[in-house]
Amino acid sequence: MIQAPAVPVAALAPGRDLRLDLFRGLALWLIFLDHVPNNIVAWFTIRNYGFSDATEVFIFISGYTAAFVYGRAMVERGFIVAGARILKRAWQIYVAHVFLFAIYIAEIAYVASSFENPLYVEEMNALDFLKTPDVTIIQALLLKFKPANMDVLPLYIVLLMMFPLALWLLIRNASLALALSVALYVLTWEYGWNFASYPSGHWFFNPLAWQLLFVFGAWCALGGATRLAPALRSPITTWLAIVYLVFAFGVTLTWYFPRLGFLMPHWLGEWMYPIDKTNLDVLRFAHFLALAALTVRFIPRDWPALQSLWLRPAIRCGQHSLEIFCLGVFLAFAAHFVMVEFYGGPAMQVAMSMAGILIMVGTAVVISWYKGVEGRGSGTPKRPPDADLAGGEA
Amino acid sequence: MKTWTALGRAVATGAILLCGAVARGEAADMCAVPGYLLFGDSLLNRVNAAVTKEKELRIVALGGVSSTLPGPDGPSFAYPARLEAALTRRLPGVKVMVTMLTKTRQTAAEMAESIGKLLLDQRPSLVIWQTGTYDAVHGTDPEEFRSAVSDGVEKLHAGGADVVLVNMQYSPRTESIVALGAYADGIRWVSREREVPVFDRLAIMRHWYDAGQFDLYKATKDMKTAKNVHDCLGRALASTIIDAAHLEAQQEAAPQ
Repeated sequence: MIQAPAVPVAALAPGRDLRLDLFRGLALWLIFLDHVPNNIVAWFTIRNYGFSDATEVFIFISGYTAAFVYGRAMVERGFIVAGARILKRAWQIYVAHVFLFAIYIAEIAYVASSFENPLYVEEMNALDFLKTPDVTIIQALLLKFKPANMDVLPLYIVLLMMFPLALWLLIRNASLALALSVALYVLTWEYGWNFASYPSGHWFFNPLAWQLLFVFGAWCALGGATRLAPALRSPITTWLAIVYLVFAFGVTLTWYFPRLGFLMPHWLGEWMYPIDKTNLDVLRFAHFLALAALTVRFIPRDWPALQSLWLRPAIRCGQHSLEIFCLGVFLAFAAHFVMVEFYGGPAMQVAMSMAGILIMVGTAVVISWYKGVEGRGSGTPKRPPDADLAGGEA
Repeated sequence: MKTWTALGRAVATGAILLCGAVARGEAADMCAVPGYLLFGDSLLNRVNAAVTKEKELRIVALGGVSSTLPGPDGPSFAYPARLEAALTRRLPGVKVMVTMLTKTRQTAAEMAESIGKLLLDQRPSLVIWQTGTYDAVHGTDPEEFRSAVSDGVEKLHAGGADVVLVNMQYSPRTESIVALGAYADGIRWVSREREVPVFDRLAIMRHWYDAGQFDLYKATKDMKTAKNVHDCLGRALASTIIDAAHLEAQQEAAPQ
């Protein structure tokens, strides 16, 4: 007994939207730049000019492409097959996370063995986890122990694990699914729900709050974007977005220049602060929406530059997001290592940032080439649609 | 923390690179800190009264291990002691006493609990509260950390003491191990909420590293750099207090 899905298959397949690849690729670069410690180039990343940062872009686009790729599979092949594919993807990401953790431990163990400085007796406590590998490794496998900058993939894993159900509902009743997602977000704020971390505290990216952005991305992919289109074309939306972005920029300026603090009314600070990244503060979400609204308004889907050679590097990276994301985390470790061992001045920071992005682009090009060759030569007539569709991989 | 200072650092580093070419050859002050990092925009009224009326300034430095140095005479070279020396030099005729209360492995919440006793025992005009490192290492929930600091500051104010918050050290080697950002932001939020100055040790030490004043990467058992860093921190902290309490003070000569 097959139920007629609310979303016709045709609505899911208007071809590849290169804007998704482009912005996901850019987000991957920015995440890398932000993860290189003490990096002067990180001055260019969007988090310095407003409330939201590249994480929002990454999670939104991942939700969008996941719905695009697996939504089609769910409509054509049913819940079980699509659900299995989504869980397989979550498993791949888990394996990637554990692999990165192994590299991380190797770097930290090396740094710890050569580190002695009377200034940093207290900071050395941070290396205590190396003394209890039994506990540390098990907690890491349970995704409870997450070293600095390794919070995004665990979030992604949890989001994908809940995604089969979310997608099932999104296809049948998109508005209801989005409403439930908002309700979960509100309840999370109201009752302070989050997952526990080891040795203490909670997940830095609370999946129960960040699911809103992921589900919203999926909702847009499954027809929501079409529904929003009239509102996005309205000049009122455009001006609201511009005003909000300028306001956010002004507020961030007062963070960098404490002397400008007097421009910030006390009541406004009381109301606004703290801007909570863990639970995806409404101000951050709104900042992302404003950025997205302007992007969609001024960069059309058939923008000629999307075909140009100049944007190809970022688009290629966005098309292989999991590989390039993991590579970025590894490169950030490697850059830190080189800076610790040799020299970490501004020139080196610039060199490391450039080299890192070049390696990411080179790798993405090689992966594209390899997948092309494999697709042609292996004789398999049709690959499962979890790669290279629409906005790249889910 | 990078969120707060990346822009400032970029500007400062650019300025340093430019000025460095011009000013090379002049004896540089190894403790030099750009003014925007020492700015205390909140009045320390209690400190002002203690200095101008009572001519006696009692300070308590409450903090973790990063507020002291190892070894039997380590504390005498640590920044609280250097602060006492700097303030004594710059405020002639005022009796300055800094008491150190440093504890190992204490979260902000645990430190906040000791505040009642501290106020009774010491009756300080000013409490310099350094916190955040152990919380970051331990992985305290950033929101719990922020509210613990906020409650602690409220207690100190209620007990009649002014407060200067001191954040974490800049430690390049552990930078990819300990995520300090959320805790530095938490201290910044409390500073806004309670209107107390922050001594931004993280940004200052990062500036010293970027400008080549101190090599903080170096693995060494030698105390020389550590002593110099703490002496400079004491001097910079003295400048912040003098600025935030609107005191008239002597200029400080650059250290030799």
